[in-house]
Amino acid sequence: MNIKLKVWRQKSAKEKGKFVKYTLENASPEMSFLEMLDALNTKLILQGDDPVAFEHDCREGICGCCSLYINGRPHGPGEKTTTCELHMRSFKEGKTIVIEPWRSRGFPVLKDLIVDRHAFDKILIAGGFISNEAGTAQDANSILIRKDKADEAFDSAVCIGCAACVAACKNASAMLFVSAKVSQFALLQQGKVEAKQRVQAMVRKMDELGFGNCTNTYACEAECPKGISVTNIARMNREFFGARIGTQKS
Amino acid sequence: MIKLDSKIPEGPLTEKWTNYRSSHKLVNPANKKKLDIILVGTGLAGSAAASSLGELGYNVKVFCFQDTPRRAHSVAAQGGINAAKNYKHDGDSVYRLFYDMIKGGDYRAREANVYRAAEVSNATIDQLTAQGVPFAREYGGALDNRSFGGVQVSRTFYAKGQTGQQCLLGAYSGLLRQIGKGTVTMYSRREMLELVVIDGKARGIITRNLVTGELERHSGHAVVLATGGYGTIYYLSTLAVNSNGSAAWAAYKKGAFFGNPSFVQIHPSSIPVLNDYQSKLTLMSESLRNDGRVWVPKKKGDKRPANDIPEDERDYYLERRYPAYGNLVPRDVGSRAAKERCDAGYGVGDTGLAVNLDFKDAIDKQGKKAIENKYGNLFEMYEKTTGINSYEEPMRIYPAGHYTMGGLWVDYNLMTTIPGLFAIGESNFSDHGANRLGASSLMQCAGDGYFIIPNTITSYLADEIRTPRIPVDKPEFEEAQKTVQEKIHKLLTINGSQTVTSFHKRLGKILWDYCGMTRNEAGLKKAMGMVEELEQEFWRDVKVPATANELNQELEKAGRVADFFELAKLLVTDALNRKESCGAHFREESQTETGEAKRDDRNYSYVTAWEYNGENKPPLMHKEDLKFENVEVKERSYK
Ligand SMILES: Cc1cc2nc3c(=O)[nH]c(=O)nc-3n(C[C@H](O)[C@H](O)[C@H](O)COP(=O)(O)OP(=O)(O)OC[C@H]3O[C@@H](n4cnc5c(N)ncnc54)[C@H](O)[C@@H]3O)c2cc1C
Ligand code: FES
Repeated sequence: MNIKLKVWRQKSAKEKGKFVKYTLENASPEMSFLEMLDALNTKLILQGDDPVAFEHDCREGICGCCSLYINGRPHGPGEKTTTCELHMRSFKEGKTIVIEPWRSRGFPVLKDLIVDRHAFDKILIAGGFISNEAGTAQDANSILIRKDKADEAFDSAVCIGCAACVAACKNASAMLFVSAKVSQFALLQQGKVEAKQRVQAMVRKMDELGFGNCTNTYACEAECPKGISVTNIARMNREFFGARIGTQKS
Repeated sequence: MIKLDSKIPEGPLTEKWTNYRSSHKLVNPANKKKLDIILVGTGLAGSAAASSLGELGYNVKVFCFQDTPRRAHSVAAQGGINAAKNYKHDGDSVYRLFYDMIKGGDYRAREANVYRAAEVSNATIDQLTAQGVPFAREYGGALDNRSFGGVQVSRTFYAKGQTGQQCLLGAYSGLLRQIGKGTVTMYSRREMLELVVIDGKARGIITRNLVTGELERHSGHAVVLATGGYGTIYYLSTLAVNSNGSAAWAAYKKGAFFGNPSFVQIHPSSIPVLNDYQSKLTLMSESLRNDGRVWVPKKKGDKRPANDIPEDERDYYLERRYPAYGNLVPRDVGSRAAKERCDAGYGVGDTGLAVNLDFKDAIDKQGKKAIENKYGNLFEMYEKTTGINSYEEPMRIYPAGHYTMGGLWVDYNLMTTIPGLFAIGESNFSDHGANRLGASSLMQCAGDGYFIIPNTITSYLADEIRTPRIPVDKPEFEEAQKTVQEKIHKLLTINGSQTVTSFHKRLGKILWDYCGMTRNEAGLKKAMGMVEELEQEFWRDVKVPATANELNQELEKAGRVADFFELAKLLVTDALNRKESCGAHFREESQTETGEAKRDDRNYSYVTAWEYNGENKPPLMHKEDLKFENVEVKERSYK
């Protein structure tokens, strides 16, 4: 299949970027989207041009590296699909595919399609953990946890930190990401001790880093490749306001 | 010449580790702050180590090449993590886990290390659970277990098909906590390209900042490598595509011995190669064999759709050949059995290089919901890649390169032959002998990181408290940096006509064909010649675009592939040397009448540790003789 592409090219964070058009003649519907980009890069390298930089590693939808904005959607057209899981069979021949990096204040472009998502680590450093030291834990089965709660916590914990939620949101809000972590721990007995400080510290950090507010458009949930639900945001709000009231009282 | 000393503590097997822990030298808290540890790698092994070492109060500098530690390849582990909890009351114990690993590894692993790995496994599950890892639970609220290949108990803890992700994120949260506390400094998007050795001790590394291209020097009182395995040497493998062997290779060239490099695990169930431009093989977790049955048609070249082939025309060849373990035979056995059927012409699919993994019986018995609950994400992954719904028709699977049992040789302290250089997780050769059992890598990685290295590195650093911070302007740093610069310069100036990836693909194919699931002398010799030729062609004709002073992914790849050529030669050398079959290393010359691996304990009951001997010179071989005092060495049978 013949592919027409419009790709964002930007040499570095400091330089200005622009769209560049490419064509690729020998693509196949069986190729994954990233394999199509591999083929484009082979072509570019052999004709003496710089290949397109894009981030990827596991190529099976779990590491969260791949992060392309394809035809106006984070991770492209598939439902609950990361870019690396996307296949060319989802595209029509002849139509131009537009590929951009995540666009959001919080994530500056480093080169071409690669952005800096370090802000997510910073939010988690503020409180995305349960404080316990190796060797101090009690027997794992001494804490019984209802299966439905454990399953719910797991559903929140499957976030891959790709940041599609932020890229999808018109306010560049990181609420889905933050709330998934807050929920995972809030749902588990182990996480309850630090629940109050955790939600406050993480929300504070998120605001400080300039992520926007949530205005309930649910674009984040729609674009999340792992199907993280917006009910996490509601839970986080409850935790957050609960924590504030709790702190005022004490 | 260095003499290999595995430093196994005296005393009975069951007491070695306890005695070690209560008698090794300590470092007082005030001194710990003054000691710098360099830790390369943030997979489960590295992240666990970072959080423990940080907590102890050392000054830890952590490196990874991804943008954040959370993306390390461990995140992709699917099926589970073992522990000897015996929560199922099915007769499990630390000894049985140890025994299963020794047998599973075909009696080519060191007893003391394996026993310790089994011993710390329970604390690992406690630790991860306490950190909020949402392992699967039963209705009563207790943790659930499932079975993995090569064992007859249920000792595998899991979080659906995302166990690696959940374990890694747990360990990563501990690492982040230490960053917040100031004990750990994180250097992401950095690639270690050289090891710095001063007066015989590991003292630092040279890294390339992958965004700016700048070369940086970092010093420490000790260096820990947690850089994972080198399975991507086959190009197509189940590993994350940027995984590589370069850190271990740099260490090897600086004097760390390489243990059993040819022990590579080919996993029986990956989505088969579908086309030429494929960049990655997606694993279908071994846990699926708990409920999936493996079969091929009884008739050669039967191209009917799987569901049209009646029951009595199916050959459930694993159940037929191995009635005791059936579909749950270990990986090496399962892989060879699949290859045997396909080579004989019974394979399915367009290429004939695939077998069926069928869930029909399980779905009939347990219901679709139950199967979805256990493996939902794997079925989804399969459908995304192939477009096939495997609740309706069988999956097609074929073996793929997956895990490297071989790695840097380490002693009981997990220290390499370079004093002060440690290797943990998949990067070392330590615990799995000639074949790894499922769910025991995550177990080893977490055990190494959380519980073992904090003790053994402390014992080493106790003698370093008088060593002041190591300055990075020493000539050894200068020289190491120069080596890196020269290699980069060379790669960028060849300006040939072929891409790095095209070379990597060709190298992978050679190794897959001649040093993969089965090996023979003629093939290995041929492979050696082919690798050498290809390597020369690489250095003549590779094309690496752009410059050194920018984000340059092709340059990163080029360096890794250049190292893979050298490592490939060591792999082949090692496979040639070992004329027996054991575990995943199957020498066609050494098999039983029924086609099973035939060990030669008289001549090969040892670990091979290779020493670098200079450019273009054959490496020197050392042997660590293996003593089995606590298990009876037997033929490894799963029949
Ligand atoms: C698809 C798949 C599924 C698996 N499933 C299971 C399972 O269910 N159970 C199980 O027990 N095992 C499983 N395994 C095996 C297991 O996942 C790995 O063996 C294990 O995760 C390795 O962890 P590690 O910490 O040693 O290294 P990795 O997780 O590979 O991490 C390596 C780290 O080193 C860094 N690094 C490497 N080189 C450099 C360098 N030069 N400079 C800087 N940083 C560097 C990387 O950035 C990364 O952070 C699976 C493996 C695969 C491929
Ligand atoms: S490359 Fe890992 S999620 Fe896409």
